[in-house]
Amino acid sequence: MNRTDRGASVSLAELEKRYDRVNAVDGVSLDIHSGEFLTLLGPSGSGKTSTLMMIAGFETPTAGDIAIDGTSVVAMPPYRRNIGMVFQNYALFPHLTVEENIGFPLKQRGVPKAERARLVAEALELVHLPGYGERYPRQLSGGQQQRVAVARAVVFKPRLLLMDEPLGALDKQLRENLQLEMRRLHADLGITFIYVTHDQEEALTMSDRIAVMNDGKVAQVGSPEDLYDRPSDRFVAGFIGESNFLPAIVRGMEDDVVITECDGALIRAMCPGRPASGDRVTLTTRPERLRFADSAWNATTPQNRLSVTVTEAVFAGERCRYMLQATDGTSMVLKEPSSAAIRRRAIGERAEISWSVADTILV
Amino acid sequence: MSEIAQPSPIAVPLGAVRPLLRNWRRHVPLMLVAPLLIYMLVLYALPVLAMLLRSLNDPTWTLSHYTALFEDVVFAKTFWITFNTSVIVTLGCLILGYPVAMGLVRAKTMAPLILVVILLPFWTSVLVRSYAWMVLLGRHGLINEGLLALGMIDRPMRILNTSLATQIAMIHILLPYMILPIANALRQIDPSLLRAASGLGATPFMTFRQVILPLSMSGVAAGTLLTFVLALGFYITPAMVGGPRDITLSMLIAQEVDQLNWAYAATLSAVLLATALGILAAARHLPGVGNAFRMSMR
Repeated sequence: MNRTDRGASVSLAELEKRYDRVNAVDGVSLDIHSGEFLTLLGPSGSGKTSTLMMIAGFETPTAGDIAIDGTSVVAMPPYRRNIGMVFQNYALFPHLTVEENIGFPLKQRGVPKAERARLVAEALELVHLPGYGERYPRQLSGGQQQRVAVARAVVFKPRLLLMDEPLGALDKQLRENLQLEMRRLHADLGITFIYVTHDQEEALTMSDRIAVMNDGKVAQVGSPEDLYDRPSDRFVAGFIGESNFLPAIVRGMEDDVVITECDGALIRAMCPGRPASGDRVTLTTRPERLRFADSAWNATTPQNRLSVTVTEAVFAGERCRYMLQATDGTSMVLKEPSSAAIRRRAIGERAEISWSVADTILV
Repeated sequence: MSEIAQPSPIAVPLGAVRPLLRNWRRHVPLMLVAPLLIYMLVLYALPVLAMLLRSLNDPTWTLSHYTALFEDVVFAKTFWITFNTSVIVTLGCLILGYPVAMGLVRAKTMAPLILVVILLPFWTSVLVRSYAWMVLLGRHGLINEGLLALGMIDRPMRILNTSLATQIAMIHILLPYMILPIANALRQIDPSLLRAASGLGATPFMTFRQVILPLSMSGVAAGTLLTFVLALGFYITPAMVGGPRDITLSMLIAQEVDQLNWAYAATLSAVLLATALGILAAARHLPGVGNAFRMSMR
């Protein structure tokens, strides 16, 4: 069986959820492919959890449609949708043992007892918790409870698994371990995962694709590389990773590269559209992609250059972090890998910085 | 800095007394409850004890009052009626109260209103409520007149002064004691558990049976216990609206006191008290009830 047979495809069309006068979800259209690991990423209040709750069936959309494998499920109660779900607080039944918790969805489906025991044991194996079946949830650590919740959500072999910030309550170390385990689980099961988080690093690490949400709308959908290297707007550039923003004025186009004037210098940037000459725009670039022009750095790609003054210098072990100020007052961050061979800059020092045109995006 | 922080103005001359002072502070909680404790001891516990002793030393030290109960037909019948009434009333409260508790917990804007409706009779005296039931259930009471007007009966039914009347009135009076502990238990169920159950394929009924009901058992146990023990000691209501032959233990006690039959009344009281305490003690070991006890302590 190939991967696509096992996962459901989900299609959201102009989905909307209105509470009183606020649109928590405001016209979300998104196609989630079969077997994909898609993350809904956004700050709190961006509508990501509301969207997930509508897919699960716990919330009813005020407009729009949700189709799973091509069939609209909007009118279907959650218990008929056959979707696995992992909650942020795990939502394990406190009066049932681990075994009974994992067996719960099988029991609802009328799976005979012997078969149930076999599937439960299999699921416990899958999440590395064999031998824990007799315990009660309160006797487990947070990480173990989380695994039980995952086992319970996949034991009935759903084609779609929804996860609402499942790692939010765990400490950093454990979270990183479980992130890898989730990825492995996704690869093993081959089913579609829809994952909600506000943690951009988590989203970048785990997802096939990320839908960045803001104010109830999808700001950008794409692979982690797409979003990081080619953010479509200022919100995405600022929310995922660290970004410098430079105000500039459009002076012309050269193929698909836009030429702008910024702080008296000509800066070239990548731009999908065709802005008109004279437009005021914002350019964005990542701090780790800036370099001091005089350091040992042989760039073969087209470069942008700008004169700056160092206003702050922090040594952070693996890298040095400099705050810079352009002559027009724009402040920028530059991250340089640390090396005993690279000269550290002093505060107040004037310097020339350069970076690749490909790493400059007009947003 | 540390000198300024010293909060003791009498520190120097009383240095030696200080440990005592500290001790004194530790006993403050006990001293705060002492007045009530003494009041209860002198005016309640001692008289109850003196009264109970009468079942053993009237006229001389003897167990004869208790042994006599085994052959006492009136006692056996009264005890059975009391017990039977309490069971029926408790079941009635449970069946009527559980859905109300669920409604109370689920209602959002209506919840305060429902709570007031439940508690309103709670704040009215039992005597007044029993009189009200006499008016409602009487031969020319609201219920009979209503049913007559609707043409559902030809002549007034006899409801007042039957055991049914006792049961109806007692259920009404005791309902809050059942509803509130159950509502409390239901309120503590994490709503995400209900979502989880539904998402995992449980229909609303299965969610109720497998999640809500078991998780509310502590409240059910507490409410049942409270209602049952209170029902055992009911006096005014059965005396006012009950049937002439439906004599409960507390009515029998009152009757014996009227006839100055102190030793017999004391013996019956001891039996009633022992029954209530026995039930509470036995129920404490049920898992759900143990939880309820601990929860009410918090």
